[in-house]
Amino acid sequence: MTSLLVIIVLVLLAVALWQLTKIFDLTQVGSNPDRSEVATDEDNNVQGYLMFGFLAFLYIFTIYGLFKWGPLVLHTPASEHGFEVDRLMNITWLLIFIVQAITQVLLHYFAFKYRGKKDRKALYFADNNKLEAIWSGIPAVVLAGLILYGLYAWTNIMFVDEDEDTIIIEVYAQQFNWKIRYAGEDNVLGKANVRLIEGVNSLGVDMADPYSQDDIVVTTELHIPKGKKVQFKMRSQDVLHSAYFPHFRAQMNVVPGMITQFAFTPVLTTDEYRELPYMIEKVAHINDLRTKKSVGLVAKGEAALDPYTFDFLLLCNKICGASHYNMQMKVIVDTPEDYKKWLSEQALLVNQVKEANAPPTAVDGEIKSDSTKAIDTATVAKVAMK
Amino acid sequence: MSAEGHDHAMDHEHEHHHKQTFITKYIFSTDHKMIAKQYLITGIFMGVIGILMSLLFRMQLAWPEESFKIFNILLGDKFAPNGVMANDIYLALVTIHGTIMVFFVLTAGLSGTFSNLLIPLQIGARDMASGFMNMISYWLFFISAVIMLSSLFVEAGPASSGWTIYPPLSALPQAIPGSGTGMTLWLISMAIFIASSLMGSLNYIVTVINLRTKGMSMTRLPLTIWTFFVTAIIGVVSFPVLLSAALLLIFDRSFGTSFFLSDIYIAGEVLHYQGGSPVLFEHLFWFLGHPEVYIVILPAMGIVSEVLATSARKPIFGYRAMIISTLAIAFLSTIVWGHHMFVSGMNPFLGSVFTFTTLLIAIPSAVKAFNWITTLWKGNLQFNPAMLFSIGMVSTFITGGLTGIILGDSTLDINVHDTYFVVAHFHLVMGISALYGMFAGVYHWFPRLYGRMMNKNLGYIHFWVTAVCSYGVFFPMHFIGLAGLPRRYYTNTNFPLFDDLQNVNVLITMFALVGGAFQLIFLYNFFASIFYGKRSVQNPWKSNTLEWTAPVEHIHGNWPGALPVVYRWPYDYSNPHHDVDFVPQNVPMKPGEEVLHH
Ligand code: HEM
Ligand SMILES: [Cu+2]
Ligand SMILES: [Cu+2]
Repeated sequence: MTSLLVIIVLVLLAVALWQLTKIFDLTQVGSNPDRSEVATDEDNNVQGYLMFGFLAFLYIFTIYGLFKWGPLVLHTPASEHGFEVDRLMNITWLLIFIVQAITQVLLHYFAFKYRGKKDRKALYFADNNKLEAIWSGIPAVVLAGLILYGLYAWTNIMFVDEDEDTIIIEVYAQQFNWKIRYAGEDNVLGKANVRLIEGVNSLGVDMADPYSQDDIVVTTELHIPKGKKVQFKMRSQDVLHSAYFPHFRAQMNVVPGMITQFAFTPVLTTDEYRELPYMIEKVAHINDLRTKKSVGLVAKGEAALDPYTFDFLLLCNKICGASHYNMQMKVIVDTPEDYKKWLSEQALLVNQVKEANAPPTAVDGEIKSDSTKAIDTATVAKVAMK
Repeated sequence: MSAEGHDHAMDHEHEHHHKQTFITKYIFSTDHKMIAKQYLITGIFMGVIGILMSLLFRMQLAWPEESFKIFNILLGDKFAPNGVMANDIYLALVTIHGTIMVFFVLTAGLSGTFSNLLIPLQIGARDMASGFMNMISYWLFFISAVIMLSSLFVEAGPASSGWTIYPPLSALPQAIPGSGTGMTLWLISMAIFIASSLMGSLNYIVTVINLRTKGMSMTRLPLTIWTFFVTAIIGVVSFPVLLSAALLLIFDRSFGTSFFLSDIYIAGEVLHYQGGSPVLFEHLFWFLGHPEVYIVILPAMGIVSEVLATSARKPIFGYRAMIISTLAIAFLSTIVWGHHMFVSGMNPFLGSVFTFTTLLIAIPSAVKAFNWITTLWKGNLQFNPAMLFSIGMVSTFITGGLTGIILGDSTLDINVHDTYFVVAHFHLVMGISALYGMFAGVYHWFPRLYGRMMNKNLGYIHFWVTAVCSYGVFFPMHFIGLAGLPRRYYTNTNFPLFDDLQNVNVLITMFALVGGAFQLIFLYNFFASIFYGKRSVQNPWKSNTLEWTAPVEHIHGNWPGALPVVYRWPYDYSNPHHDVDFVPQNVPMKPGEEVLHH
């Protein structure tokens, strides 16, 4: 609807301008048969006022945008360092808005104020070292401040202490899926290489490596515990991908042939984040939109859209192929207890591999969860004993 | 200039000079003015295609679930069956749009046109140092454009891995169909493009250094020439690195080397590559890629400086500071490439270094912006269309440049990297700003190119609608970027999280469609004026630079008699020692007249 209005306004604006031109042309015809295409005082006047009008447009559009689209942007961070990032971001924004507001006013106001007139002569003002020094100096000082703050935050985020107690989790990317490998009891990931990919061992984990014995591979969703630093080790099997966790202010490219990493500490569980007032409002708004859209869909005989509940997401943010736009995974922040419980319910990779390679005696396929469970616990005990 | 007008002027000349046929005059011309026109027309043609592509994918983003007949007509049954755009062809459109706009329009179209037209005319030379090399340069550009366009018609579609062509995606046809023949053609086209660009640049550099007329010292050069000169130097330094990256990529693709590839399992098999790194490619690419954005923007800055001073009837404020900041930007632009790679997996320590150098570059940029604004202060502004576009350029450059402070700060880039926020930033600061610079140049030097004037009222309409639509398209994009929406997504419908961004996407597309449609006014004005425009006087804008001392008709050698001699800098507008408000560079100093600037 708004867009329609905008279109109409623009078209009217154009028509108005067009008409102005016409009138202008007509008034000139008799007096000046080969009228010049160089701006006259009258042009300068009109364009000067339009410059001023454009300034108004910039301001109104900005303020309108802040109110209308401001609520759409990412809000409360869900990670510890996210608060630091957002603080720096807000300071930077404040600065940007001040500079933007002042410079755009000066630019367009001067354009309006000094619009040309026949009998005016411009001021011959070619340089002034003091002014130049001021406007190289002020940005230099301000930027120095931003750089220092930025570097401090960057160092804190990117360098993880060797002896820090973190949970190691592998994020594994392939066209167009994410897979997750948990390091298990020993908190060390077994060696892996794409050359070892075979059947259920779709991550190419080296099953001969003792560290691999307790690794767990999950392909449906990523669980992480609240309040504990999680260190992601990332691997790709084919092309570049980028692991983007917008709500955690976290992103790192996933590069074939090397391991990249990023660490953060979740500070809110999924349930807690859903309860944030801003999130409740956002979800309500989205569901409004979905209900409206569903009406149209149902009328066309299609299924209505499901109502939406919020979940953290892991998105792919580096062009990786045709289905790049749909490479996502649900991220769930649990309480530490829930996390432990969930993890203990997952099958170990060794067992999945064993099972897949098992001689066809047990073919019937009935050996599902129970028996796996039994072997699981046995192996865990074995690994733990080592 | 119409063909007839041209011929009249030439007939006399021909008696003494060699005979010119249609072919040597209009096609294989070695005259810098004709080559400038060839670049401009080719650039405009490519621009039309590039912008059309963007309108197509903007429509897809706004109405992902609709089907459009126009998709089917333009893209064919294979890529848009039943009018629904296929997901890989979306990426192909994005890729070719980016490539065309950055390289073919804003590099070759902009620099090629104005460096060729203005360098000889503004420094008082009869032609480029090597007219023949100049001609070769244009024709290589033409061939590379033809190859790029022909890649649109190959079976599996054109290159689709983004204009940044990061391997392995760009190296493996298994990864995306466009990485087959389409990518091969892309690489060949770019290699030829680079050869063309290098020849052009070397010519510009040599011409500026050697062929300046008497009295035209480096500190009397118009700022246009300074920026073209520095741009050419940046091009010579950085384009070869892209060429080497392209060559290594060709080796990896066709000859089994592993410069950029390692440990890859795709389509059910392990590939033999071992030991290479895609991050190496990113370094090589951005070593050109970042300077490239300055290759695009610096000529626009030069044009804007020139037009602002002429139209404000005032000296450009801080001529020396403008030169120094141009040099500073050129130098710094070669050591900031890593700001595109903060989260590429390179050592985070490097990230710190690149944050530092990147934010440094904001200082000379700020100096330029302030100097332009001060140039307007107490001026006597003549609002010709070129002036409007120049003021518009300052406005978009500031708006776009300021968000660079966010992207250049590694900490903040983590969360906005590769989102629509980046798209908003670089379109304002580079895309729109350089485009405005190009429009300003066309309106301002049209009389010099074709001997006729463009219609100013159509120019006014063109500017105002473009100005509103540019902000209308790119300002809201900041918000959807800050909402976490990644770029290069074919549709957002798989993320209910982004459902509330859809209205904004529709609005953006509306602005884009309207803005795109109004470019037709420019096209009409441009082509109609070539034939029917009012004939221009010799110096319609009352400008000081030498190109306006040459006759309106294009002649070989530019000036019929001796070359003009230069006595003063180019910005003596409203000089209090003179009654008229402009004093061309070839006017001798009056007895006792002192130089008023430093
Ligand atoms: C002077 C004109 C400028 C031009 C022409 C320009 C152009 C561009 C372009 C084309 C991109 C997109 C690259 C991509 O596809 O990833 C980009 C991104 C970026 N620009 Fe600028 N820029 C300019 C000014 C600035 C300034 C002043 C800064 C910093 C103070 C800056 C910082 C950045 C950064 C850090 C990125 C990378 C963002 C990311 O990939 O996440 N730019 N710029
Ligand atoms: Cu992807
Ligand atoms: Cu850059």
